[in-house]
Amino acid sequence: MNHISPTIWQFLVKWLTNFALFPPEASKIAPQMDALLFFMVLVSLIGLTIVVLLVVSFSILYSKERHPVAEQIEGSTLLEATWTIIPLGLFLVMFVWGALIYFRVYTPPANAMNIYVVGKQWMWKAEHPGGQHEINSLHVPAGRAVQLTLISQDVFHSFSIPAFRVKREAIPGRYTTVWFEATTPGTYHLFCTQYCGTNHSQMIGDVVVLTPEDFRKWLAESTSGASLAQNGERLFASLSCAACHNARPDARGPNLANVYGAKLALSTGQTVIADDAYLRQAILSPSEHITQGYAPIMPTYQGQISEEGLISLIEYIKNLNSDYRIEQTLTTTEMLPGSEGKAAAGQNPATAVPATQGTVKP
Amino acid sequence: MNYLSKENGLLSWLLTGDHKRIAILYLISITFFFFIGGALAGLIRLELLTPQSDLMATDTYNKVFTMHGVVMIFLFLVPSVPATLGNFFIPMMIGAKDLALPKVNLLSWYLYVVGGILVLVTMITGGVDTGWTFTTPLSTHYVNTNVLSTGLAVFIAGFSSIFTGLNFIVTIHKMRAPGMTWFRMPLFVWAHYAASILMVLGTPVLAIAIVLLALERTIGIGVFDPTKGGDPLLFQHLFWFYSHPAVYIMILPGMGVISEVISTFSRKRVFGYTAVAFSSVAIAVFGFFVWAHHMFIMGVSNYAVLVFSLLTMLVAVPSAIKIFNWVFTLYKGSITFETPMLYSFGFMGLFTIGGLTGVFLGASGTDIHLTETYFIVAHFHFVMVGGMLMAFLSGIHFWWPKMTGRMYPEKLSQLAALITFIGFNFTFFPQFILGVLGMPRRYASYPPEFQILNVFSTAGATILGVGYMLPVLYLTWSLKYGAIAGNNPWQATGLEWQTQSPPLTENFTKMPIMDHEAYDYEWLAKQQEKEVASVG
Repeated sequence: MNHISPTIWQFLVKWLTNFALFPPEASKIAPQMDALLFFMVLVSLIGLTIVVLLVVSFSILYSKERHPVAEQIEGSTLLEATWTIIPLGLFLVMFVWGALIYFRVYTPPANAMNIYVVGKQWMWKAEHPGGQHEINSLHVPAGRAVQLTLISQDVFHSFSIPAFRVKREAIPGRYTTVWFEATTPGTYHLFCTQYCGTNHSQMIGDVVVLTPEDFRKWLAESTSGASLAQNGERLFASLSCAACHNARPDARGPNLANVYGAKLALSTGQTVIADDAYLRQAILSPSEHITQGYAPIMPTYQGQISEEGLISLIEYIKNLNSDYRIEQTLTTTEMLPGSEGKAAAGQNPATAVPATQGTVKP
Repeated sequence: MNYLSKENGLLSWLLTGDHKRIAILYLISITFFFFIGGALAGLIRLELLTPQSDLMATDTYNKVFTMHGVVMIFLFLVPSVPATLGNFFIPMMIGAKDLALPKVNLLSWYLYVVGGILVLVTMITGGVDTGWTFTTPLSTHYVNTNVLSTGLAVFIAGFSSIFTGLNFIVTIHKMRAPGMTWFRMPLFVWAHYAASILMVLGTPVLAIAIVLLALERTIGIGVFDPTKGGDPLLFQHLFWFYSHPAVYIMILPGMGVISEVISTFSRKRVFGYTAVAFSSVAIAVFGFFVWAHHMFIMGVSNYAVLVFSLLTMLVAVPSAIKIFNWVFTLYKGSITFETPMLYSFGFMGLFTIGGLTGVFLGASGTDIHLTETYFIVAHFHFVMVGGMLMAFLSGIHFWWPKMTGRMYPEKLSQLAALITFIGFNFTFFPQFILGVLGMPRRYASYPPEFQILNVFSTAGATILGVGYMLPVLYLTWSLKYGAIAGNNPWQATGLEWQTQSPPLTENFTKMPIMDHEAYDYEWLAKQQEKEVASVG
């Protein structure tokens, strides 16, 4: 082998030893996906072999030298029915099998831990419910169902973890979800797979799967001081949402306690489930989402709240399951240590306003 | 005297109404754009030789792959077979003097040229970097490149395609020679009829999508803007409503070529003529109802996914039927292995792989893992380059003697077919593995573990490049030095072969009468006996 240049030789040795045909299987769905992939590869190989064998053997048997005069054959209904029905049957098996996996990947279990992911040119920002932020990385525990709620702040992106065999488009103005249960601790590729402009190929990162133990440690180390819901509460206050959504009997806006996941009757007569998508839309374009019995007085917040802000508001509303006026009083005072003083209010007038409102007791 | 020598001078070409001359004009222009698109592909492969983005800036890379897509799809693949071979041979195959609307035919070439020049101008003045799919809102709000001029170019080239399709439909309905019933037409004509329906019904939707995109980009009408109540996914629905059928616009005419070539070189009628004819129509009809399989992971409803996945499976069946019917056309034939046949064999193998991997993507579950990766790139290139381009080269070699009156050099072109086949597999097969491993498409840089497969791919692309250069050289050479072809060098049955090579401007000296089935080799033998007798 000494006539091969050492550089090329080393290159070949290095890459051939690391050569893989499948990425690692690091999620519960991965082996299921691979089983179907293997089945399809097998069927394809058999189909291709049949075609190639027939072409080659006919070419040999019926070459002009061996078979100087062709015999004209119209066709054969039986044969044609065979190669219509068998592929159709196989394709239908793949359709059903594929659909089963598809529904599994995009139907998160009810107890899944939710992490919000915002895509923007050119980074992924993950928001854990505990307030931990990550950029271009995602830490998840092994052995626990994790749901991602994705949205894009600008163009289409796509959140892809090949080792988990999951991928979901992050769309501007709409939440999408995907879930997985990681099985093997380790670091895996995270790619943006939807072309999104200049640095598309740099919109990559790592998915770090930790043991539940390590994940708890990581959460504790990475805390930002306030949970997502607490950030939401602060925003709720600063945007004066409580001026109307204050849960008083004479309130101008609907009571938000236990609203998440509830069935709402709208003024249009429609009934909707108040999920993430609904709440987001109701904040951004309230005039189209009026709860029955309330006047269309809420202003639009389109362009005033970032996607992260919306996420924390939703997370806050999700957790409102009791008399939230009290919680709000407690937290806003707590969050603004000098809020009694005018100086603090002057520095942060937006948060100061609801602090006073929050203290108003019915 | 023939259509080439009848008149001379540039104007006699630029103002011609002769479908054969227009086909030659198209052939020259699409070959030009093929090599531009090919050079861009070469740049892509060079950049991907190394994991880092080092040959060019990422912005440049994005422009290069966008222009590669735009040029290859709209200026090469869509017009390739229909506008050249279809234009030349549909009238001859059905025994007509010309297409029904010769001036519209010339207009469609001019529209193509205007579209092509606009693309070149776009390229020279800074290019465009949206990807050939023009996904909103990237294309409407986020890029500063020449989206509008590219859109206009595609819009105009689209009308060229609409006019060609319209012309074919009218011609096939109204211009058939006496006795040329629908089920006596060569399958090449059936395939073009099916493709023409797609061109006429699908392309306007692309035009609409582009107009909306332009309005969104210029005055912000908000159809695709969620902050104004629009839907960013709507653009993709409109775009794929054309662009999925468009892949059938590209492949169906190629399938037509394969039917002619396989029959001719096995000297046997096509096995199950009716099934092959109707499978073309079935592909055209089903082809319109599968577009959303490009959006399985984009949050369309799960139940819509079920429907579109099922329909995608159904559209795969007619392709399988065609493959097996071609294979059984060989059965008990009398086969020779001239260049067109070799390319057709290449087509059958590669299209089978391309089609089957399409099923991987049509099954919604596996699509999640494979979509937006190099698996898509490999699948698409197996169908379009392995399938369509092989069919195009097969057809060009097959009809070259008729078009020019000269034979191409057989041994050299068989070698070129082999080189193309080998180069193709080296280039695109590794991309399937890259895709399964998860390498995203449209990446200028990639994690280092993907390098070895990319090196294979780039190496293969250089072989493929040689394979494509050779025909240009020897076909040009053959114009002057090739052996005189004679009327029917392949002993083929089509009406186009029963007249002189190159044909007269009027195609036939007297109106042909079709008194036999398509691919009737016994009729051909009797015909030739008669001629020998009359000469004797």
